[in-house]
Amino acid sequence: MSDVAAQPAPNLLANGWIKAGLIVIGLIAAAIVGARLDPTGTIHAIFVDPFNQMAQAPDLLAQTIWEGLVSGVLYALIALGFVLIFKASGVFNFAQGIMVVFAALTLVGLYEKGVPAFLAVILTLGVMFALAVTIERVVLRPLVNQPDIILFMATFGITYFLIGFGESVFGGSPKQMITDQLYLPKGAIDLKILGGIVSLQKIDIAAAIIASLMIAVLALFFQYTRIGRALRAVADSHKAALSVGISLNQIWVIVWFTAGIVALITGIMWGARSDVSFALEIVALKALPVLILGGFTSIPGAIVGGLIIGIGEKLGEFYWGPLIGGGIESWLAYFIALGFLLFRPQGLFGDKIIERI
Amino acid sequence: MKKSSIIRSVALGALLAAGAIAAPANAQDTIYVANNAYRTGPFSGSGIPIGDGMRDYFTMLNERDGGIGGVRINFEECETGYDTKKSIECYEQAKAKNTVVYSPWSTGATLAAIPRAHIDKIPILSMAYGLSASADGSQFPWVFIPPLTYWDGASIMVRHMANELGGMDKLKGKKLGLIHLDAPFGKEPIPVLENLAKKYGFEVKLYPVAAADMQNQGSLWLSIRRDRPDFLYNQGWGAMNPTAVKEAIKNNFPIGKLVGVWWAGGDDDARAGGAEAKGYKSLNFNAAGTNFPVIQDIVKHVVEKGKSLAPKEKVGENLYNRGVYNSMLVAEAIRNAQKLTGKKVITGDDMRRGLETLNVTEARLKEIGMEGFAAPVKVSCADHSGHHKAYVAEWDGTKWTKGSDWMEPLKEEVRPLIEANAKDYVEKAGNWPKRTESCEKSS
Amino acid sequence: MFYREAGQYKTNYAADMAVFPLRQDRIGLAVILAIALVGVPLIGNDFFIASVMIPFLVFSLAAIGLNILTGYTGLISLGTAAFMGVGAYSCYKLTTFFPGVNIIVLILVSGLFSAAIGVLFGLPSLRIKGFYLAVATLAAQFFLQWAFVRVPWLFNYNASGAIEVPQRTLFGLPITGAAATPETRYFVCLGLVVVLTWFASNLVHGKLGRSWMAVRDMDIAAELMGIKLLNAKLTAFAVSSYFAGVAGAMMIFLWYGGGEANDVFTIRLSFNILFMVIIGGLGSLIGSFMGAAFIASLPTILKFGLPALGVPLSGATAEHVTFMLVGALIIIFLILEPHGLARLWQIGKQKLRTWPFPY
Repeated sequence: MSDVAAQPAPNLLANGWIKAGLIVIGLIAAAIVGARLDPTGTIHAIFVDPFNQMAQAPDLLAQTIWEGLVSGVLYALIALGFVLIFKASGVFNFAQGIMVVFAALTLVGLYEKGVPAFLAVILTLGVMFALAVTIERVVLRPLVNQPDIILFMATFGITYFLIGFGESVFGGSPKQMITDQLYLPKGAIDLKILGGIVSLQKIDIAAAIIASLMIAVLALFFQYTRIGRALRAVADSHKAALSVGISLNQIWVIVWFTAGIVALITGIMWGARSDVSFALEIVALKALPVLILGGFTSIPGAIVGGLIIGIGEKLGEFYWGPLIGGGIESWLAYFIALGFLLFRPQGLFGDKIIERI
Repeated sequence: MKKSSIIRSVALGALLAAGAIAAPANAQDTIYVANNAYRTGPFSGSGIPIGDGMRDYFTMLNERDGGIGGVRINFEECETGYDTKKSIECYEQAKAKNTVVYSPWSTGATLAAIPRAHIDKIPILSMAYGLSASADGSQFPWVFIPPLTYWDGASIMVRHMANELGGMDKLKGKKLGLIHLDAPFGKEPIPVLENLAKKYGFEVKLYPVAAADMQNQGSLWLSIRRDRPDFLYNQGWGAMNPTAVKEAIKNNFPIGKLVGVWWAGGDDDARAGGAEAKGYKSLNFNAAGTNFPVIQDIVKHVVEKGKSLAPKEKVGENLYNRGVYNSMLVAEAIRNAQKLTGKKVITGDDMRRGLETLNVTEARLKEIGMEGFAAPVKVSCADHSGHHKAYVAEWDGTKWTKGSDWMEPLKEEVRPLIEANAKDYVEKAGNWPKRTESCEKSS
Repeated sequence: MFYREAGQYKTNYAADMAVFPLRQDRIGLAVILAIALVGVPLIGNDFFIASVMIPFLVFSLAAIGLNILTGYTGLISLGTAAFMGVGAYSCYKLTTFFPGVNIIVLILVSGLFSAAIGVLFGLPSLRIKGFYLAVATLAAQFFLQWAFVRVPWLFNYNASGAIEVPQRTLFGLPITGAAATPETRYFVCLGLVVVLTWFASNLVHGKLGRSWMAVRDMDIAAELMGIKLLNAKLTAFAVSSYFAGVAGAMMIFLWYGGGEANDVFTIRLSFNILFMVIIGGLGSLIGSFMGAAFIASLPTILKFGLPALGVPLSGATAEHVTFMLVGALIIIFLILEPHGLARLWQIGKQKLRTWPFPY
């Protein structure tokens, strides 16, 4: 695929935002008028009732936003893995989901074999490093300079392979994440505010803190180290980076390894919320709308995108879902992302796409 | 080099294709039993213990008794990964190998197999899953759904609720939430619950979980917190169950009011909640634990000889024993068919007759070392389920215990629905084969 | 030696523009058709026909559909399975409303509904490109999948939520429903696939196909040359979804025979079809067939073929090995030939043309 895109209009951004604003204002005006005209009808149920509910039970609203925030952070973590690899090598890494499962399973599997928890973490990191090296040697190196879609396809091959390999090594039964052994907190903090209880899970707080820390560390790493600069150079242009003596192979191992670390942390956090099994792989799909919203190439985009999607889908499901039978969470995120995309085709923070003939 | 390797792979492919065409014929002195299993994929957490239990029971029969009636059982698993496409392949394979019975092990696979089985004349045993309407033997002569259907399960849930509250009349004004997988399997109990809700004046709230969101139930539980249902019934499967248990604890929902369908009663499902999962409930129709002669025999003849795929500590878990129960039904039906026909190696049609007259009494359960393991099962020509009793199992923090007495389903409510639904199914299918198979006189 | 154009003279422009300019190609096609029509039903047993050949045909058609969109027009879609689902559910509704109309007509008509939905979800493609568009089509995938479960009208309010395939006949012979033999269903599938492939071949070689390819190669350049992007992209979505819809209807009515249809048309199926297209070769009809054979039939053949050959594999282990093998094969093929199996086919033909004197 070439990176040509969207519209020939030069002043797209300004136009886009103005258009979006006008549409939103128009919708709100129409909604208010509609609700006034018909206080019991559909329009009222869509545009007024949910806000009444929010006002009546602010504790539930706070809880919903908190839940959205936490899942947003977790989506952002998965999206981060995608972004790192896409930035450095232009590969849309479909295998990120299975890498999450694989890392978590390795950790738990090693612990079950009697390895102390923290040693198991280190060994798992070793396994992820070996995986990164193998992928670079066996898959990426022979496919250098191929079109993006071929590399995308190759990551699907990796996914298939890892599913088979992981299941034959660890078995398919679900495992418990070793939260206690890793000194991750348990239980909840119940805040009695807003006329009710808002309960914050300690593990969720820990997840938010760890994720923010990791993102900060990654940002610093890419901003201030030699490798980080090299990585940004590679992201700008493979050829130019090669010509100034940056080893593409080395960079690729590093980004895949970093994505492996992100996968391990994601695996621990999701595993603690449920359990560690191959079903977790599906959760990775949730990162896709986050990606289009935030842009494939932007780390802050992944975070902001994750939060918008997380909070948006929770609010949507909780307040508007019952109107059409519930379960809308499965597609709402994509429609939110699609809505944003119509105004900014490269995502909120994506690199502006410039087209030339 | 490039070209030759391609040629080689093509040749290998052709060879394999040829191999697939020539499926081997059955040896004459064994009975072939095909069985779907899913040891892979997102639902493998529930599939593995069941598969182990089923496999080990037949291995035990072969080891201890040399099979059934002197004929060894050739028990073969076909891996589906809980995927309907693969299960259809498995069905075709089972048919090609002349299986005497087909256990689909997923509602989707059952629905796909039902029309075929009536043409191919292969009995389907969908033990307490699949199409509830198939309990009507007059319309579905080839489908068996003992010991009870999802609709019976839902009615037992209502009875359990009434028992907890102190009588059917106390149901009025109560709220029952149904957490369910957003798929036909999950939606099965809805019509019965809505019917009963109308009759007894309680309210049913639905909480669907999409397959992609099995481990991501945050907003669903917020809705539960808002609606404050008095009881929750969880028609869930796979990774959805441990997540539900964890979320219930997280959201301070009284765990004793959360009752799973029998498939939500895995040891791993409850274990996920840690110490706080104590009191989690699930409907059940087999006992958990190793304290039964039959399980002891399995341990002695199979597990200790290293012939089981299950680690020893998993033997006797609830879903493992469920698998043993399923194999017991198959084995007893084979025995019954041998008795009816006087043949040693039976056919699919003999097996249908065996299943239709299946009558596992209390005395028979004792003989096969299953006293207290399960309730007696009786299937008849018209009633392919029996609508048997179930009890509520309770998690005590480490294992499943018996949390209530055996309860009858509300058969007088469920049965008419089943018959109406069976008629509806047959009408919509058009040209459904009329039942020509005669009913047995004996037993 | 045998495969070369020497001596085959073209006397008019139409002959030169023919899809198969070489006599040998035409003979080859006839041989393949003859094998499909006579050889497979004669040699294959029921299992082979029902579990390998019918799925192969269904997926080939779906892959052709996606290839028109992705391979010929350059728009990636991850919603193919959902469009197949639209076809399947429309066919089910149609056969409920018009039980008297021949089922083959209904299968062909149900593709039109899928095409309409496809155009609707194709609208964003006018603004969004590349992987962004791919993920945007996921909106279609998840929304439609949700609708298949949540809109009871679609499955006639059946308590089980499943759709049943009624028995329908052609010339008195049952072709759908359980009474239809695998052979009959195979012939119906084969007929549909052959006719629709011929249709697709003519489309992509015609004016419309050329405008699609111009858009694929560079849409701004195409626009400057006077190709209307709106028309080209939306027709590509429409035709592609039409093929997917027909494939979906075939899948439920001629292969699955009813059942839990909503868990069939999942994101995983969408991915699989995309991979058939890529492995087979983007922008190649024959590649669609090869890709379908590779991704859909190979796992089945491995799973049931290896034990039959005496390789002691069973149950879960076989599944794991199949997964690993398919994964490894995908990577190996991509490294050997990133342009897909169709490209290998072309190279083979080129070699054959110069054989036995390559210089």
